[in-house]
Amino acid sequence: MRFDTLIIGGGLTGLVAGISLQKAGRSTAIVSTGQNTLHFFSGSFASLKEAPQPMAELFAEAGIGLHYSPGVRLMPMGTFREAELSLDDVSIFSTSPFARRVLVISFPGYHEFFHPFLVEGLEKQGIYCRVHMLDLPELSRLKPATGEMRSLQLARTLDTAWNKLVQEIRLVLKDEDTVILPQVFGLNDPSVPGRIRQGIPAQVVFVGTFPPSIPGIRTQILLKRRFEVLGGTYLMGDQVMEAHVHDGVVHSVVTRNLDNHYLEADHFVLASGSFFSKGLMSNPMRVYEPVFGLDVAAAEDRNDWYNPEFAADQPYMGFGVLTDSSLHPMVDGRPLKNLFAAGSVLGATRPELGTGAGLAVNSAFAVADAILQSDTSIR
Amino acid sequence: MKLQEYTSSRHNFEECMKCTVCTAYCPVMQVNPLYPGPKQAGPDGERLRLKDPYFFNYALKYCMNCKRCEVACPSGVRIADLIQSARIRYDHTKPKLRDQILASTDLMGSLARPFAPIVNGVTGLKLTRGVLDATLKIDHRRTFPRYSGRSFEAWLRRREKEQSAFTEQVAYFHGCYVNYNYPKLGKDLVKVLNALGVGVKLLDHEKCCGIALITNGMSKKATSQAIHNVEALRKAVSAGLKVLTSSSTCALTLRDEYPELLGVDNADVRDSVMLATRYIFERLEKGATLRFKPDYHRKVAYHTPCHLERMGWGVFSEKLLRSIPGLEFTSLDSACCGIAGTYGFKKENYEASQAIGEPLFEQIRSVDPEVVACDCETCKWQIEMSTGYTVENPISLLADALADE
Repeated sequence: MRFDTLIIGGGLTGLVAGISLQKAGRSTAIVSTGQNTLHFFSGSFASLKEAPQPMAELFAEAGIGLHYSPGVRLMPMGTFREAELSLDDVSIFSTSPFARRVLVISFPGYHEFFHPFLVEGLEKQGIYCRVHMLDLPELSRLKPATGEMRSLQLARTLDTAWNKLVQEIRLVLKDEDTVILPQVFGLNDPSVPGRIRQGIPAQVVFVGTFPPSIPGIRTQILLKRRFEVLGGTYLMGDQVMEAHVHDGVVHSVVTRNLDNHYLEADHFVLASGSFFSKGLMSNPMRVYEPVFGLDVAAAEDRNDWYNPEFAADQPYMGFGVLTDSSLHPMVDGRPLKNLFAAGSVLGATRPELGTGAGLAVNSAFAVADAILQSDTSIR
Repeated sequence: MKLQEYTSSRHNFEECMKCTVCTAYCPVMQVNPLYPGPKQAGPDGERLRLKDPYFFNYALKYCMNCKRCEVACPSGVRIADLIQSARIRYDHTKPKLRDQILASTDLMGSLARPFAPIVNGVTGLKLTRGVLDATLKIDHRRTFPRYSGRSFEAWLRRREKEQSAFTEQVAYFHGCYVNYNYPKLGKDLVKVLNALGVGVKLLDHEKCCGIALITNGMSKKATSQAIHNVEALRKAVSAGLKVLTSSSTCALTLRDEYPELLGVDNADVRDSVMLATRYIFERLEKGATLRFKPDYHRKVAYHTPCHLERMGWGVFSEKLLRSIPGLEFTSLDSACCGIAGTYGFKKENYEASQAIGEPLFEQIRSVDPEVVACDCETCKWQIEMSTGYTVENPISLLADALADE
C-alpha cells in the first residue's frame, strides 16, 4: 500500500502532522502501537503561549476548544502550577486567592479523585472548603459489589445525566463562590463542561483525576475523527517492526499486522514518542531507537542515565534522537533524507511539567510544513 | 545481558505498566458493573492466579473476547488472550446445555440444514422463542440465523471441474455460516475470484474454526478441531495454495487463537491464511483488474468487526470498497456491535449486548446508508436485528458491482 506520507505514532504529534498533511491533500497513513499519552493529558500546553494560527485553526476544526490566558491552574493536591494555553476545561486564574469559599463535589465510591488532599491544600491557603458527596440513581447503578466507580464510568453516565447533576449542585450550594468538580465531563460530548459552568451560579473549576484523563481521551477521539474524515488512514494497534532504507532514503516499513504487505511512502515521520511509547528503548547496555536504529543523544555511562533521587530531574527524560536542522534524524551521523522526527522522540520533554504537548504541536507543524514545501519526487 | 531483551512472559503480561488505557476501550466494562475490566481480569489477575488459582474470578466469563483492549494497549500485552487462557486453565465448570448447543455450530448446521424450511419457520415463532428463553435461557428477543436448504460445500463440489479449469487456484475456508446459513456469500466470493482468473477449491474437509467452543468453555473439543483444521490447511498450503476466509473471526481464530489459546502450532501455515479482501486488494495492487457496472450506485457504511480491528486488516476491506466506482463510502466509528458470537444470544447478556451496540446503531441510523458493509456474520445478525438495515460482506458488494460477463 502506498501513501504520500507515513507517520509512525498516533498520538498528539502524529495526529497534528497527519491532519495538516491530509488537509493539504496529501494521502497520509498513521501507524499507532495502541493508544497514546494523550490519555494522560493534563489539558494544558505548558510550553506554548498563545496558540499559533495553524494550531488554533486545526483544533477549532476538530471541535476542540482552546483558550489562552497567563496564570495558574489548580492541581489535585490544592497547589497551583503555571498555565497558559489550555483546553476549555481548564480554569486559569490570574488573581490570588482564586476563591474564598469552595464547595467540593465528589461521588460515593469514587476513588480516583482524592478530595481530602485537595481540601487540605486549599485550607492551608485560608480557603474555606465544604465537601459534598453527591449521589444520583444513575450513578448507584454503576457500583458493583466492590462499591467502586471509575472516572470513565462516571464520564459516560454524566455525559447524559449532567443536567440532573447541575440541579443537585444548585440545591446544595449555599454561600460558596466556587464549585470544584473532578474532571470527568464531556467524554463524548465536548459541550458538557461548558453547560455545567452555565448551569451553576458560581465559579466552576474542574480538577484533574487519576488517569486516564477524560479531556485527553476526548482530544484523542476528536483529532482521530478529524484525520479520518479528511480521508486519512489510521492503523490502530499495529506496530512498525522494521524499515527498508537504501542510500539514506526510507522506502517502506514492515508492520506486525501487515507482515509482508509493506507500507510505502514518499515521506516518513517518526512520531513514536519517548520511553513510555517505546519510541525510545533501553537495555542494560544502551539507549536506542528501535525502528531505524537512529543516532540517539544519551549519556554513555548507564549510571548517568538517572538520578537516584526519584523526584529529581531525571537525565534519561532528556534523551532523544539526533537530527539535523531540518529535523531529519541520522544514522551514523548521516541524515535520512525523507524521514522527519517530531514530538517527544526528540527528547528534552519534562512530562511532570507537561511540556510534551507543546513540543508535539510545534514539531508536528514544522515537519508538516517541511514535507509540504519539499519536492515530493524525492525518490 | 540478552536475558532482559529476549525473555517474554505468557501473552506478554509482564509488559503491562498499569497505564489503564485498556479500561477506556472495554465495551463490557461500560455497561456491566459486574465485569472487573481488562486490566484487573488480565495482567493484574494473572499475577495473582500464578500465585494461587484460588484468585480466579468467575466474572471473567463476561469478557466477550472482542480484543479491543489489545488494540488499545500501548505495551503489546495480549490482554484478551490472558483472560481467555485463564478461563481455559481455571474454569472447570461443565458448560451448560445451552452453551453446548450454541457452540456446536457444525452439528446444529448439519442437523438443521435438511429441514431448513421447517427449522426456519419454527425458530421464527414467538412460541418457540418463548420456550427457548424459559428452558435454555436463550433470549426471546434475539432473532435466529436462518438455515439454507443446500450447503455451500455441495454447491461448490458440483463445480469442481469448472473451478479447476482456472490456471490459478486458492483454497477457501468457508466456515459454518457460509456452509449452512448463507451460501450466497461463498458464491459471491467464487464469482469475484473467477473474475480475477482464480479458481476456488474446498479444503480437505474443514471443521468449524472453533471460536464458539473456546468462548463457551469447550476448549478440548476446540483443540481437536484446531488440530484437524491445521492438518487440512497444511495439505492445501503444501500444494502451494493460499487459504482464504470471508469471515474475519474465522481468520483470526485460524491464525492467532490456535497457537495463543489452544497451543496448536500453525507457524508453517499461518501466513498463507488470509481474509479474502486482503487477497483481492493485493491482486488488484499488483495489476489485476475487475470490470464494474458503469451505472452502479450504492451508499455504503462500513463497520469494522472487532476481530478485524485486532488483525489490523480493516484497511483492505475499506480500500477495496472505496475502489468500487459509484460506491459512496462512509466509515463508521470504531465500536463493538455487542453480539460477540454466541455472547449476545444468552439471556443474561442480552441487555448488555444491546447497550454496547447502541452507539453504533445510532450512527448507522444517522448515516442512513442503503446497506451496511461488514466482514463478520454475527455482526450482521446483530446490526440487522437491531437497526433493520441490511448488512452485506464487502465481498458480496464487490460481486454485486461487477459488470456482467
